[in-house]
Amino acid sequence: MHYWTSGSEAAGLDVLKQLLEKRGVSWSDSPVAGGTGMNMVQVLRARIASDTAPSAAQMHAQQVQAWAAEGVLTDLSDLAKKEDWAKIIAPELVPLISYNGKSVAVPVNVHRSNWLWYNKKVFDKAGVQPPTTWDEFNQVSEKLLAAGVTPLALGGQPWQEADLFENVVLGLGGADFYRKALIEQDQEAIKSETMVKVFDQLRVMNKFVDKNYPGRDWNLATQMVIKGEAGMQIMGDWAKGELSLAKMEPNVDYGCSPAPGTKGDYVWLTDNFGFFTTKDENRVKGQIEMASAILDKDFQEAFNIKKGSIPSRVDVSMDKFDFCGKAAYADRAEAQKTNTSLPSLTHNAATGATKTGVFLDVVSTFFETPTMTSQQAIDQLVAGLKSAE
Amino acid sequence: MSFPDAGALADHSEPKSDLRLWLAKNASQLALAPSVVIVLVVIYGFMVWTGVISLTASKMLPNYSFVGLAQYGRLWSNPIWQIAVSNIFIFGFLFIGFSTAIGLALAILIDQKIRAEGFLRTVYLYPMALSFIVTGTAWKWILNPGLGLERMLHMWGWESFRFDWLVNTEYAIYTLVIAGVWQSSGFVMALFLAALRGIDEDLVKAARLDGAGATQIYRRIIIPQLGPTFMTVGVILMQQAVKSFDLVVALTSGGPGNSTNLPATFMYTQTFGRDQMAVGAASAIMILMTVAAIVVPYLYIDIRNNRNER
Repeated sequence: MHYWTSGSEAAGLDVLKQLLEKRGVSWSDSPVAGGTGMNMVQVLRARIASDTAPSAAQMHAQQVQAWAAEGVLTDLSDLAKKEDWAKIIAPELVPLISYNGKSVAVPVNVHRSNWLWYNKKVFDKAGVQPPTTWDEFNQVSEKLLAAGVTPLALGGQPWQEADLFENVVLGLGGADFYRKALIEQDQEAIKSETMVKVFDQLRVMNKFVDKNYPGRDWNLATQMVIKGEAGMQIMGDWAKGELSLAKMEPNVDYGCSPAPGTKGDYVWLTDNFGFFTTKDENRVKGQIEMASAILDKDFQEAFNIKKGSIPSRVDVSMDKFDFCGKAAYADRAEAQKTNTSLPSLTHNAATGATKTGVFLDVVSTFFETPTMTSQQAIDQLVAGLKSAE
Repeated sequence: MSFPDAGALADHSEPKSDLRLWLAKNASQLALAPSVVIVLVVIYGFMVWTGVISLTASKMLPNYSFVGLAQYGRLWSNPIWQIAVSNIFIFGFLFIGFSTAIGLALAILIDQKIRAEGFLRTVYLYPMALSFIVTGTAWKWILNPGLGLERMLHMWGWESFRFDWLVNTEYAIYTLVIAGVWQSSGFVMALFLAALRGIDEDLVKAARLDGAGATQIYRRIIIPQLGPTFMTVGVILMQQAVKSFDLVVALTSGGPGNSTNLPATFMYTQTFGRDQMAVGAASAIMILMTVAAIVVPYLYIDIRNNRNER
C-alpha cells in the first residue's frame, strides 16, 4: 500500500514490481491517492483494526516509529544482520528504522528539502547570483522585485510554509540550533533571540511572494519558476520532476543550490516500507524478499533516478544521476562527516505527527496573519508543544 | 416495543397457531426491529464509543487507558479549536440568515404568477444538485484574485477592482458563506414556495378587499403563517452548517493560515493527520453536544405540539 500515484512515482515503483517478480514475489498493488498520505494512513488504520493489514506499506520516518510503537511491524533484524544494514544504509537513517533494537523498516530513498531552485534566465536578466545567506536572499529578492518578477514562488499550504520555516531555522541558527529547537523542542532554544529572528525573516518574506499564493499546490509554484514569472522556489528535490517534464536542463536552464545559509548541511526525509506482522509464512517470506529487493543496488539506482531522490544506501554509483542528484549525494557525504545531516521537521522525520502539527499550525498562521508578532508565534509554539506532550 | 426473547418463544412452541398469532400481533415491531438495531448500533453505539475514546489516551489507534477529562482540557487550550469554534458561529449565523432571507425573497418573487416559473424554479434549485465539493472548487477558482473574478474585471479595464477575501485570513471565512448561500438558497426557496402555495387564498383576498397593499399582505398575513417552515429551514440549514466539512476542504482546506477551520475539519485533522484520536473524539463530542443543544428543544416542542393536536 502506498500513495505514489504521480507519473515519476509510479515509474519508480514499476522498477520494484519487476524486480520482485524476478525474485518470485507477487505484487498486489493498492495505491491510495492523496499526496500527503493522510488518506492512506486512514485506510491502513481501518485494515489493521479489521486484521486485514497489507503486507507492506509506505511510511515516513516518524510514522515507522509510530507504527512500531503500536507493535504491528514485522521484525527484520535477521535480514539486517545478514545484509549488514548498519554499514550500507546512511547512518542517520538507521535509528529511525529501528525500534527497541530491532530493525522494522527499509528506507527506499532520501530526498533533500533544503534546496533553492532558481530560473537562470531570470537571475541573469536581473543580474543576481543565488543567495548564500538569508540577508543575501532579501537583497536578491529586492532586486527581483525591482525587475518586475515575483522573487519567491510559494504555495500557501501549511507544509510549504513549514518547509520555509525549517530552512530559515537552519540557515540562521545552524545545525545545533536546528537540532535543539526542532528535534528536541528545547524550551530555551524555542524562546531564544534566534527564534525571534527566524520569525522576523519569515515576516520579511511575506512581501516576496505574490498575493495569490494561499492554497496553491507546490507544483504550480514550480511552474511559476519554469515560466519565469518567479525567480526561485525553496522546495525538496521532487521539484526536479516538474522541471525535467518542462524540458529544463539542470545547471543550464535552472540552478539548484542549498537553501540560504545551509551550505554543508543536508535536510533529509525518507520514504520507507514497513511490513505488518502476519502469521502467514508465505507472506513473511515475501516481506523479507521485498525488504531485500528495496535495498538492492540496481533498484536504488533505477528508482531514485526516476523519483528525483538519492539512494538510501551510501555505496551506490551516482554516474547516471543528473547534476543536482550528484550534488545532493556529495553534500550528504560531507554532512555525514560533520554531523549536519538533519531530519526534516515538515516531512515527518524530526518528530512525531502531533508536535509536527503544532509547528505547522503556528508557522502557517503566522505567515498568513500580518498582524501577528514573532513573540506571539513563539508563545503559541511553547503552549502548543506543551499540550502536545 | 415488547416481544419475548428466544427462550420464551421455545416454551410455547407446541401450538403453532400461538406463534402465528403472536407474529400477526407484532408484525410491525418485527419489521422495524432490524432498522432499530442498526440505528442503535451504528449511530448511538458509535456515539458512546466516541465518548469513551475521548476519555482515553488514544493516539494513533484506540487505546483504553483512561485519563479523565484531560483531552477536553487540551482541546480547549488549542488555538485552532478556538478559531474553529468562533468560525462555526460566524459561518452558521450568516449562512442560515442569508440563505433564509434570499430563499424567502426568491420564493416571494417567483410566487407572483410569472410566466416561465417552472424554468426559473429549476434554475434556482439546480445548485442543490451539486455536491459541496464541486461548489467549493468552482468558487475557489472564481474567488481567487489571480484566476477568477478580480482578474476578469481587471482585463475588462476595471483596474482598481479588488476582491481578495479568499486569500485574506480575516475575510476567508466569509467566502465560505458566499459559496454556502449560493448552494442552499435555491433549496430554501423551494421550501418556502411550497408553503406559500399552501396559504389560504381567501385570507389574502379578504385583506385585499380591506385595501391592504402587497407589502402589507406579505408582512402581516403571509409571512407570519410560515412559522413552521422557518423552523424546518432553520434546523436543516443548521445541521448543514455544522457538518459543512467538504465545502471547507474544497474551497480553502482550512487556510489561509488555519483561519477557516471549522470543528468538523479540526476533528478530521486531529484524528487522521495528527495521531490525536482522543482529542479528535473530544471535539466530536463537543460538536454532538452543540447540535443536541439545539435539536433536542426543537424535538421537544415538536412532540408537545403533536400531543396537543391530538
